[in-house]
Amino acid sequence: MTLMRTAKGDSPRAGPPDPAADVTSGRLRRAPENFLTGEQIHLVSKGRREFLRAGFLAAGAATVAAAAVAAPSAVAAGAGDPDILQTTPWGGSLGRPVAANPYGLPSRHERALARRQSPGLTQVAAASVSFTPLQGLFGIITPSGLHFERHHQGWHDIDPARHRFMINGARPELVRTPKVYTLDDLMRLPSVSRMHFIECGANTGMEWGNVAVPTVQYSHGMLSCSEFTGVPLRTLLEDCGADLRAARFVLAEGGDGSSMTRTIPIEPVLSGEVLVAYGQNGEMLRPENGYPLRLVVPGVQGVSWVKWLRRIEVGERPYAAKDEAIHYVDLMPDGQHRQYTSIQECKSVITTPSGGQALLDRGFFSVSGLAWSGRGRITRVDVSFDGGINWTEATLQTPVLSKCLTRFSVPWVWDGRPALLQSRAVDETGYVQPSYGQLRQVRGTRSIYHNNAIQTWQVAENGDVSNVQIL
Amino acid sequence: MSRSFRALLLAGVLCAALPAGAADGFGLGRPATPDEIRAWDIDVGPDFAGLPPGSGTVDRGMEIWESTCAGCHGTFGESNTVFSPLIGGTTAEDMASGRVATLQRPDFPQRTTVMKVATVSTLYDYIRRAMPWNAPKSLSDDDVYAVLAYMLNLAEIVPDDFVLNEATIRDVQAVMPNRNGMTTAHALWPGPGFDTAGAAPDTANTLCMKDCKAGVELASTLPDHALGAHGNLAAQNRIIGPVRGRRTGPDEEPDDDAPSPRILAEQAGCLACHGVDTRIVGPGYREIAERYRGRDSVPALVAKVKDGGDGVWGDIPMPPQPDLNDDQARILVEWILAGAPGT
Repeated sequence: MTLMRTAKGDSPRAGPPDPAADVTSGRLRRAPENFLTGEQIHLVSKGRREFLRAGFLAAGAATVAAAAVAAPSAVAAGAGDPDILQTTPWGGSLGRPVAANPYGLPSRHERALARRQSPGLTQVAAASVSFTPLQGLFGIITPSGLHFERHHQGWHDIDPARHRFMINGARPELVRTPKVYTLDDLMRLPSVSRMHFIECGANTGMEWGNVAVPTVQYSHGMLSCSEFTGVPLRTLLEDCGADLRAARFVLAEGGDGSSMTRTIPIEPVLSGEVLVAYGQNGEMLRPENGYPLRLVVPGVQGVSWVKWLRRIEVGERPYAAKDEAIHYVDLMPDGQHRQYTSIQECKSVITTPSGGQALLDRGFFSVSGLAWSGRGRITRVDVSFDGGINWTEATLQTPVLSKCLTRFSVPWVWDGRPALLQSRAVDETGYVQPSYGQLRQVRGTRSIYHNNAIQTWQVAENGDVSNVQIL
Repeated sequence: MSRSFRALLLAGVLCAALPAGAADGFGLGRPATPDEIRAWDIDVGPDFAGLPPGSGTVDRGMEIWESTCAGCHGTFGESNTVFSPLIGGTTAEDMASGRVATLQRPDFPQRTTVMKVATVSTLYDYIRRAMPWNAPKSLSDDDVYAVLAYMLNLAEIVPDDFVLNEATIRDVQAVMPNRNGMTTAHALWPGPGFDTAGAAPDTANTLCMKDCKAGVELASTLPDHALGAHGNLAAQNRIIGPVRGRRTGPDEEPDDDAPSPRILAEQAGCLACHGVDTRIVGPGYREIAERYRGRDSVPALVAKVKDGGDGVWGDIPMPPQPDLNDDQARILVEWILAGAPGT
């Protein structure tokens, strides 16, 4: 693998950056084998502006390299970009047939954007987390293959014809006819499709006390958003003759090895928000996300969206299940644990640019990020470029939906000076996302769960972006 | 749109659950049998509703523990090698007060399960539904009582001769070290259910827009040495667009379209129980390679991977792997016997 230098070399730079030089001095960028001739390396070494002028901006792709290397004399003869002056391989040949990929996959040039584990976070991969690469996503929908994973005892690809869903009562009086449904039954019932975010209660949990991870994938990537399709749980409870006046809680239980259980509030069940879902982004749920059936509890932390859902029990008191009495309890400074914490409070993060990235150059950027609230719609996002001294209101991109990710953006002309980027979201209840200082004052630093503090990204003079914290 | 028509539409939305022409629901689904409900309704509540009859001694629990639980949790439930430790950090004073004092100490290294849990029912329910980790629901109700009795004994909550059953478990609840350590006084529960419903959020930021503070101080930054702890960030960002990932480590090998044995082992869940150099639940791969060196063991081991087996490496059985086909099992076995290269 050839490495090409994108700038002057490794010597540290003092003083303000030379605009003609690469802002990411010393950084090495991957390039395909045999990409550059000696002459071209010389050209590159003269500086990034020259390099751009020569028309190699899109040089990451091997196909481009092949064209450039194949016709150096033509490049010399013509004036302009060889990808315009010369016929490209894809412009001058027959492409592949339909259904070459029966289930389509992202471009091979997009492999960098993948779910990843955070080294050292867990000891075994079947009880672990993989994070969504928020740093490269657009809009608000998470591609199903990039939806974050959290499994307690591994995942299975369950035979949907053998999956059963049961509703019963903690007391016989609470459900007149306890019933069993197959997927055939459930998928015949009237369904709804709704877009909602799902966030693990431990998202940003590694950052409670100090900066711990380099990128937004690891700091905020236990966050995804999909269109879910399913049957309102209320419809099914009514179908079984559940006593919805006496019911105060329901228990949701998974069909996997951990048979995860969580106590679900009755209020969003009665309002029709809680779904027994089989669909995700137009297709069935992915196995890693609970195929063929999961609970959707909008606004509530992901652990309550029980995957591989096999049973709902209608009850009158909370259950103190393992994931609400041992795990997923929030430690407060006085040594007490908050139990049954569920709502994901209003939060936001800038995803472009974000930690671990580097700005290509000075000039215009559309700073963009995500905001969400477990209490309803996002009404406003402000962005600061000076660490929270001054703020400017961002534009919210439509749609702006309740308990769903909202994409915001704000234009920014980077002048090459250091900057501290923050975003601050407000939801329809008027709640304003807190600073780290405000959050720690109440909850200390050992809570693990429900960290919704304002995130700061530091932009250095050379364009490098880093994760930092401001109280 | 007329008001009455709109009202009709609204009614239609609200009544969507009621199908036209069906008197009693949708006619879908069927009544659950009592046996089916008994088979699945295994939850045990904090009031012990759902607790099955049975009993277990500390001694019996120790037998099960050493064969089935110690591999992950350590001989004394103290291990943090695979999971967070279970036992430790509680005192007789905590049993008297119902509040674990070490939870107030920021310097205390790690919270154990027994430091956190307020309800002993949770432990019974947890073990019964989800343990042992690689063979959940394989313990009898009596064995669950026994394992829990042993854990409580390790935590010095019950004596060596204790017999845990559906009656004595209530006495244990009365001395659980952190039984008074939970609160629902927060605003993170939607709706009624707890007497603190309607609590206000515990932070209240304001919408200041200009000159909000005198200056800015960085409270925390990522140390240089930690920047590369997550691999090469350049390879975790798109190769086009307004930004690139910073180069923080060596280039990763380009993806090969054929999955490597290591990736296959990861995907099949093998690495959950087997380390390469270390034992987790099962033996490490190099240890296996050493044992079978110079022998033609591939067919036998392929069968063992697919069908499971026990008795060779200790008391914890290797569960069958029905999702692997013969070719995959062979690739894995040959890779393991070669010393699991590329890990």
